[in-house]
Amino acid sequence: MSSNQNILVKLNKAGFSLNNKWLVKGVSLQVEKGKIVTLIGPNGSGKSTTAKIALGIYKKIDGSVEKYTSKVGYVPQKISIDWTLPLRVNDFMVLTESISNDLIDEALSLTGVTHLKDKNLGDLSGGEFQRVLLARAISKKPELLVLDEPVQGVDFTGEIALYELIKKISDELNCGILLISHDLHTVMSATDHVVCLNGHVCCSGSPMDVAKNNEYKALFGEQASQILSRYEHRHDHIHTSEGEIKKN
Amino acid sequence: MLDDFFIRALIAGIGVAIITGPLGCFVVWRRLSYFGDTLAHSALLGVTLAYSMQFNIAFSVFIISSLIALTLIQLQKRTNLPGDALLGLLAHSSLAIGLVVIGFLSFIRFDIMGLLFGDILAVTVDDLLIIWIGGALILLVLKLIWKPLFASTVNYELAEAEGLNPDRAKAIFTILMAAIIAISIKMVGLLLITGMLIIPAAMARNISSSPQKMVMYSIIGGLLSVILGLFSSLEFNTASGPSIIAASLLLFILSLLNIKQSIKLKN
Repeated sequence: MSSNQNILVKLNKAGFSLNNKWLVKGVSLQVEKGKIVTLIGPNGSGKSTTAKIALGIYKKIDGSVEKYTSKVGYVPQKISIDWTLPLRVNDFMVLTESISNDLIDEALSLTGVTHLKDKNLGDLSGGEFQRVLLARAISKKPELLVLDEPVQGVDFTGEIALYELIKKISDELNCGILLISHDLHTVMSATDHVVCLNGHVCCSGSPMDVAKNNEYKALFGEQASQILSRYEHRHDHIHTSEGEIKKN
Repeated sequence: MLDDFFIRALIAGIGVAIITGPLGCFVVWRRLSYFGDTLAHSALLGVTLAYSMQFNIAFSVFIISSLIALTLIQLQKRTNLPGDALLGLLAHSSLAIGLVVIGFLSFIRFDIMGLLFGDILAVTVDDLLIIWIGGALILLVLKLIWKPLFASTVNYELAEAEGLNPDRAKAIFTILMAAIIAISIKMVGLLLITGMLIIPAAMARNISSSPQKMVMYSIIGGLLSVILGLFSSLEFNTASGPSIIAASLLLFILSLLNIKQSIKLKN
């Protein structure tokens, strides 16, 4: 592991509960400069919640979060723009930080949506909007990028290109990335560290380690585990609806 | 023809329109029209207190409206009642208390109609100072919190995640709302202040393509409404508030024509 100076954000046994139900519990992870940490897990496993804990959006949390940077770029899982707000892509790009026109153009061209600059956000398709969201997050050259399913709704070739772009950004800007993704192929090929969530951390480690892990396989099934390895184990615990973990 | 009181009213109205323009946009964007109404209703209590304790009206209204806004925030934390029920509770109970207090103040002559609907004859030079100095302060503060306030209006989590402190901006904005109601109450009247905030902004939405343009058109719409409204108020001897709001409605209807055109274009 690298030295402490490289740590951008660190979660210590962090958890968050809403209406007496744990959304996620006991998550420890850290994101370092130039590294991509990916959160995987089924729906409702607490991936977005973990991201929001790391970002400081949720404040009443269990455990602790240490954040060592204020230059953050965030692509939320969903965002809806009300009709009453007349907002063009150009206005959206400078939403949280005033950046130069050149940087705006550069970011838009990286995600392939320069032609949409003067369009109203409400008129974009789902995939186009995702590309704009990603462009906005990277345009301010953040130290920490948190991407919650950044390529949802993007076409197949675009998806590959955008994942390559994310990898490139991590290398060139030396920025740390916390990525939430469902695409296991991409996750396994471009990630430095994988955290597999299911209300708690099921397993974590390098993509290779995680793919071999029995809990990973129990969650994602045989096919997923064959992406990198062929191993077989039993899932040794079950999850109750309250988020508790019981041994079999 | 242009008597002195009319010039004063015009200068006051122009000042009010310049401030309600941008604030009104946020009221529309953040869906706060009923919140504005609640503050305006509570203003009656502020006015009666001002009369009974010989306070300045704008100052008293500002204090009471701010207190009501803070009470609302506390109530929201303590109960699970929906926001509109809480707003209704505060609006009508503060209005009721205000009216009860008026009942006790029978020794003071009250111009209730002027209070509810605005009275251009009542605008004094002191009021002008309050509107223009207070207004300049409101706009200055709004400019300072514009970025976090606007970003959190678009998406709260994005603003919070990228370090803009949206909660602080929201609290400051609430105080600005109380302030604009306090300084415009004499001009527009407490029943119609929310109209002055919403209608020009709604009109502006129909004809704008960016937030900056919407704010600009909202100011222009407010200015035209004030000028048109005050002249007709003088001409037809009607109350100033309703005349101004009626004029802004006219502009809103005109702006709808623009919407129809752009919908046709898209099809």
